[in-house]
Order: sequence, then C-alpha cells, then structure tokens
Amino acid sequence: MSEYTEADSWGGSVGRVETRFYTFGEAEPFWLECGRELSPVTVAYETYGELSPAGDNAVLLCHALTGDAHAAGYHHETDAKPGWWDIYVGPGKPVDTDRYFVICSNVLGGCMGSTGPASQKPGSDEFWGLDFPVVTIGDQVRAQKRLVEHLGVERLLAVVGGSVGGMQVLELSLRYPEMVRGACCLATTAEHSALAIAFNETARQAILADPNWNGGDYHGGPMPDFGLAVARMIGHITYLSDEAMRRKFGRRLQDRCAPSYNLEADFQVESYLRYQGRKFTARFDANSFLYLTKAADYFSISQAWGNGSLVAAFERAMARFLVVSFTSDWLYPTAQSRDLVKAMKKNGLEVSFMEIAADCGHDAFLLPNHRLAHLIASFLESTKEGRG
Amino acid sequence: MRFDLKVIASWVEEGARVLDLGCGTGSLLEHLVKDKGVRGTGIEHDEEKVGKGIGRGLAVVHGDLVEEIGDYPDGQFDYVILSQTLMQVADPAGLIRRMLRVGRRGIVSFPNFARLGNRMHLLMRGRAPVSRNLPYEWYDTPNIRVITLADFRRFCRVQGFAIQREEAVISLDPAEGRTVRFWPNLRATHGIYMLGD
Repeated sequence: MSEYTEADSWGGSVGRVETRFYTFGEAEPFWLECGRELSPVTVAYETYGELSPAGDNAVLLCHALTGDAHAAGYHHETDAKPGWWDIYVGPGKPVDTDRYFVICSNVLGGCMGSTGPASQKPGSDEFWGLDFPVVTIGDQVRAQKRLVEHLGVERLLAVVGGSVGGMQVLELSLRYPEMVRGACCLATTAEHSALAIAFNETARQAILADPNWNGGDYHGGPMPDFGLAVARMIGHITYLSDEAMRRKFGRRLQDRCAPSYNLEADFQVESYLRYQGRKFTARFDANSFLYLTKAADYFSISQAWGNGSLVAAFERAMARFLVVSFTSDWLYPTAQSRDLVKAMKKNGLEVSFMEIAADCGHDAFLLPNHRLAHLIASFLESTKEGRG
Repeated sequence: MRFDLKVIASWVEEGARVLDLGCGTGSLLEHLVKDKGVRGTGIEHDEEKVGKGIGRGLAVVHGDLVEEIGDYPDGQFDYVILSQTLMQVADPAGLIRRMLRVGRRGIVSFPNFARLGNRMHLLMRGRAPVSRNLPYEWYDTPNIRVITLADFRRFCRVQGFAIQREEAVISLDPAEGRTVRFWPNLRATHGIYMLGD
C-alpha cells in the first residue's frame, strides 16, 4: 500500500473514529494452518455506519499488505491524513456509510493492533518475534470471520479489497461461500507469480541482512530500520509504474544542479524512495513484514481449494464477483485477473470484469478514480438489490 | 432502445439465461434483467461502455467477445445474442458455432446491405453506400464485411445453422420500425435471426 493519498473528491468524512479490539480464543486455542495454535488472538478493527435491523448491509474491507484497520476518518483532530481508503469510504461515497455497515480489521500477523510477531507473548513480557507461528491468508480470514460474527453479522453484503486485501476477498468467498454475497477483487491475483515472490524475497533478505535484525530478536535494542527501509523501497517500486515514475521524477536531480559524484541521493527518485523507506520504519515492524509477505507468497487458491486447478477452486463459490485490474499494474497484471474471471465464468458464476486504463501502477486502486468509484458503488447497490 | 433490440427482447422468454456479445452500455440486458427476470451477462470491449453497463448493476466482462465466449461451459445460456456486430467479426461461422456451443440458441442481427436504398446509392452515384444504418465511409468503417439477408440465409444453409425464426424489419429511426414480409431482401434495413442446431 502506498504512502500517498490525495484529497477526496466526493462525499463526506466519517469523522472521528476509534480503533477497537476483539480478543477471542482464551478458552479454546485458535489452530493455524501451520499446525500450531495461538491463543488468545486479538483483532484490531474499526466500523463505520450502522448495521441494519435485517443485518443485510455489512461490508467488510480488506486492507493491503501493510495497511491497517483505519480505513476512513480521523483518529485525532490533529491527524494529517485520514484512513487509507477515505476517498472511497464515507457518507455519500462509493462505500456509503449512510447505507452500509462497514468493517475493517487489521490482519492476523500484522503490527497495527492485531496479534502478530510484534505482540507480547501471552503471560510474558517478551515479544513473539520469530517464535510467532507462520500465518496464512486462510488464517487471517478465519480471524476476520470470528470478528464479523462477534459484530452480529451472519452474512456479508460484500467483501471489498485490493492487492493482498483482494486475496482475502477471494479466500473468504471460497472458504465461506454462504457468507459472502458480493466479492469485489481489485488489483489482485489468485496466487503470486515468481516475479512477485522474487520481489518479496529480496525485500525479506534486506531485513535479514540488517545486523540490528538480530535473528528477529531486536525489541529493546536498535531496530533493523535500514533493512526494513530497503524492503519498503523494493515494495514501493513494484507499486508504481514506469510511466508514473517518469512523470513524477524523470531524471530530475534533488536539491542540486549537478551530480555529486558520490553516493548521495542525486536523483529525486532516490530521495523519494529513501524518504518512503524511512517513514515506513516509524510505523511498521520488520518481523511482521516478513510474516505478511510470506503469507502472500504462500497464498494460492488453486492449491488450497482446487487441487491445483483454479476452475475447480471456484466450484464452491456462490458470490457474485467484480474483478478490476489496472493497465499499468505490473505486480498483478491484468492477465492474472483474467485467469480469475475465466475460472469464475467456467463455473457459471456471475462476474463483472473491467480493466481500467490508469498509468499509476498497482497503487491505482488507492487513488481517486471516478470509474472505480462508480463500479464499486453500483456493484454494492446491485448486490443489495439482489439484481444481476 | 433500438428497434432491432426490441424485437430480440420480445423473442427471449422470462427468466432465461442470456449472453449478450458486444453488449455496449447494456440497454438490452438491462431491459431483459429488469422486465423479464433474465439472468444476463454481457461482453464488451470498450472500457467506457463496460463501466456504464456495470454501473447499471449488470454483469459485464471487459474483453474481446471472440476470446471471452470460449470460457463458458457448454449450454450455459438459453440465448446468445450478437446484435449488429457480425459485420465486424473475422470468422462469423466460427463465432456462431461457439455461440451455439455455450447457448441453446443464437440470435443474430445485422443491417441488410441489399436494401433498395443501398442498391440505388451504388447504381446512381457509383459510390459505396453510406446510410443511417451503415453510416461509415469505406475508409473509416469498423465493418470488415457487408451482409445481405439472402447471403445470410445461404450462409446458414451451407454452415448447417438451422434458422428457427427470422424477422426482416424496416427501421429508419433507431427506436421505431416495422416488420416487412414482402420482398424483404430489397426493403428491410435489418435482418434478425434466431439460430439453433
């Protein structure tokens, strides 16, 4: 997920919001796909809008890799920026909080309030670190389901998510087919390509190579900020596009008229990436980054649900789907979305697909886009009406 | 809605499963879904039109219809509609065969090139006809072929497509029109055909 959000262009704000926490599994452990157990489990979440008396207007938002539960509104009056999807979530916005009860939770394994490697071990003042069990996207959505049930929602009107959040949407629609009426998958994929895994592995190696990482045991000491910053820089490059970078930076120099002929950040793009990397270390945990990228790399719905076949995986799905890709997304290119659509079509599922022309790369789903806004609003409305 | 689409809509029964190839902004599909309880899907290659179709709450897939149709299982639909697009298709017989694989019936409509106005245009002015129903100059047309009712009937016979229903219409104003039974190949502006195996 990108660091930048632009001013919203439609609708209002949900205003002041608060992140809340739901803890479960004290009595019986939460078993993970890796075979280990975790208890208790805390999930950080936010909600906007009201659940209808019929309970038929709940929309679950799934955040991207390094996002959090704070999707819309402001925590404090002094916040410089609203939640990560404030452009799309609020009164009168595509995910209209006057009409829908919107839930967003931080994923299991994250570091923004949900249980993860940066949490303390139960009954101890030690941090989990690398003792934390490996979690999968499947584990994450099982935790999400517990939260949704806790909030009194039996059936979700829709699940909406982009990038790794889109993987959660797909996983939810296959794991709990009866629970999801509409599934909106933005800039996502059924599984990582070798290219995507390669970028993640390079980012992980940057963290592992930082001496401060110390085998994952860095709490209380110097943090592996350098490694984490480089990991973020690698990720950030994959979220942009050649065109977007050319337009934004070109070969322009930063605060100088001539090259320095040393290893300083001469070019604006270098300076920008260094800034983004540094900024990221202030809010994110290095171990959590390792776990979450690994969860994304492990994700494969054809393996998990179709014995290797994507078409077979969708045999169990019951939702109506909206799949959206962006022309300049080279991390999860359109062909991967088309594979999803093909498997849905072969199963006779109701699916809409659109490739939106956008030159800003993978991050396009986070930026203001009237076409995307219209698609999401219409999809939610027609799902609610049971049309299609 | 265009008159030829009204005729097509009248042929589709309530609750049918329909695939509309080249569905444009989805006006036919929307009518079928809302007024006839049809389960409809469209395929459209133009991004803006796809956006409008999905915006209407319809299921629309953005892509090339010849490729996209291949993904559906056999017999997925009751009707597969190809309205006024056959002129732009590279392999019409192949496409209609695919339509009849994924659907029980195919409905095809196209402007009739053999109508009197076009013949006169060519005869009197010696130039390729440009009319309300074929509004393109030879150099900027998306149509790679022209079709006449007589040609299409012969094509169906040769290819083994059974014509189950046909309607020749005169529709000079897009939304208005009437059926023509007498000398259709000379008078009709459009032909609409329902095909089966």
